Amino acid sequence: MTLTRALPLTTLAAAIAVASHVQADTQTLRVATVNNNDMVIMQSLSDEFEQAHPDIELDWVVLEENVLRQRLTTDIATQGGQFDVMTIGTYEVPIWAERDWLVPLTDLPEEYEVDDLLDTVRDGLSQDGELYALPFYGESSMLYFRTDLFEEHGIEMPEAPTWEQVHDWASQIHDPENEQFGICLRGKPGWGENMAFVSTLVNTFGGRWFDEEWQPEINSAEWQEAISFYVDLLGNYGPPGASSNGFNENQALFSSGKCAMWVDATSAAGRIYNPDESEVADRLGFSQAPVAETPKGSHWLWSWALAIPSSSENQEAARKFLTWATSREYIELVGETEGWTSVPPGTRTSTYEDERYIEAAPFANFVLTAMQNADPTDSTLKPSPYVGVQFAGIPEFQAIGTQVGQMIAAALTEQMSVEQALDSAQRSTERTMRQAGYYD
Amino acid sequence: MNNASTQRRVGLAILAWTITCLIFFPIFWMILTGFKTEAQAVASPTLFFTPTLESYVEVQGRADYFKFAWNSVYVSVGSTLLALLIGIPAAYSMAFLPTKRTKGTLLWMLSTKMLPPVGVLVPIYLIFRDLGLLDTRTGLTFVYTLMNLPIVVWMLYTFFKDLPKDILEASRMDGASTLQEVLLLLIPLTLPGIASTGLLSVILSWNEAFWSLNLTSSSAAPLTAYIASFSSPEGLFWAKLSAASTMAIAPILIFGWLTQKQMVRGLTFGAVK
Repeated sequence: MTLTRALPLTTLAAAIAVASHVQADTQTLRVATVNNNDMVIMQSLSDEFEQAHPDIELDWVVLEENVLRQRLTTDIATQGGQFDVMTIGTYEVPIWAERDWLVPLTDLPEEYEVDDLLDTVRDGLSQDGELYALPFYGESSMLYFRTDLFEEHGIEMPEAPTWEQVHDWASQIHDPENEQFGICLRGKPGWGENMAFVSTLVNTFGGRWFDEEWQPEINSAEWQEAISFYVDLLGNYGPPGASSNGFNENQALFSSGKCAMWVDATSAAGRIYNPDESEVADRLGFSQAPVAETPKGSHWLWSWALAIPSSSENQEAARKFLTWATSREYIELVGETEGWTSVPPGTRTSTYEDERYIEAAPFANFVLTAMQNADPTDSTLKPSPYVGVQFAGIPEFQAIGTQVGQMIAAALTEQMSVEQALDSAQRSTERTMRQAGYYD
Repeated sequence: MNNASTQRRVGLAILAWTITCLIFFPIFWMILTGFKTEAQAVASPTLFFTPTLESYVEVQGRADYFKFAWNSVYVSVGSTLLALLIGIPAAYSMAFLPTKRTKGTLLWMLSTKMLPPVGVLVPIYLIFRDLGLLDTRTGLTFVYTLMNLPIVVWMLYTFFKDLPKDILEASRMDGASTLQEVLLLLIPLTLPGIASTGLLSVILSWNEAFWSLNLTSSSAAPLTAYIASFSSPEGLFWAKLSAASTMAIAPILIFGWLTQKQMVRGLTFGAVK
């Protein structure tokens, strides 16, 4: 081989050697996350993190919420080790932590200011007093309404509306011929869709999912009353085809001015207050989620959080990423680059003390109160054995919630009566609980 | 040509076009939505609007389409070739050298398609974890091969069965070996059938979403995972989802268009006797 021919080859070999050496020093963190606005912003701002940590490279796996949940559960239950950072919610954290699937997040650096995290959110992400995930954003639920329509009908919104009042107002404003619907609520079946809302409604009507012996109470008088109310309200004063409306569909309906009221996630506020996304941004009011018999559990508590699976091989680097993405510094970064209405809400007290945020987001303090009041450990009038407001924190709940959600959607579309739907939901839940060994 | 038959043909043509339009409409609407803004995408449906490439730009900015597309091509073509490689000898022996168990074996193979895939997810996931096949194209190709083999063998079997046995016997009398018989006679004579089997297998693998979502995460993720990353129950991403979906189906749509003659020829191969 002549020198001229050998030279490029040796150069190439040397280059590969150098490149592989550089690569060996870089750790790749695989981050699994959901596809929503806040997470998309995090992905776009993550360059900052990579610049500050040149030895860490981020590899994103973005998936639709339900797909992600299935994907992560398979991986963590089999200790597959495919991910270093997982985006999970308040439902998963205690269940997974109990099985030692997550790395406990103790000894967080002082500058992280762990005490700045909202207490209720922190409790929701802890198991036996130890934190297992850091909150990326948190939400509760509240009532949004159209101030112009309320004025037109001479209705004044009280500080704490009741469901009976909401029913009255919906019937007054409802004008389907002009595509003006009294109220929009979730109807699409799913434990995270209609059942998130329905559970809070049942709570405030005095019902609960299970009694203290884990016997389901779905065909109890409280459930009957709550679901009959829901079917009547949404069926008569809601948009057509309400049983296929989830969060997205209702947000689209509300922002295009079709609904007079909407009870849903507080995290929607940033979007429906944004004139680029909403036609009703200037005619928007909000109030607490309505109550019936009891204020307990009338509004939910949810947080999307970042956790490190114990099967991850890059736990140290993952910790660095977690403490960056959920830090005060990150919230500041989003506020400065994306605008203060876009900062991830509901995680830190300091966000609600920041003048810039309060000015941009008139709903800020309201959301804070709603989140502080939501107590997952005491969300039902009668005592219950489970933790969670809009869900029961047991592994079986996903299946139960979705199945019951389908029955309730069937009652909403009048395929069966409320009584039939609840009886059948009760039977299937009893079966699931028996199979899971809660009783014989 | 008489009047009645003209009327019949026109009627049939109208019916065919109506069905075609009905089937194609959702795809057409998706392509259209991809060129709208997010606000237009959720507003009242309209055919007329100022098209924008905003969604395409954003979609490409968030994830590298070509990486996903290459994975899709790799696994669907790879698994099809592998399935044909195993399927042709299998179908040959079943069609020309049947035993009393052949029929039963064929039915049993088909019955594996009736098992819901989620039933075997955990065992396969564990095997893949131990073999280091998670999130690899090799692993996904392997699963797709297994998934499509029953259909491939069945289709090839029916095509091979239609071939007169005498032709193969004649070649055998001329001294051809089994390999020569398959390579020089069987394959060239049933090529339309093999081609349409292959095309179907490519399309099935391209569209497969369960295994690709569960066994890959980023390195081997095909276009189905790409689409899943733009779907969301919270937040409005309809224009972006449509743009991503359009990009994901474009290659297979063009591929189907170009090979439609072979597909139809293959699927009707031996139908008229």
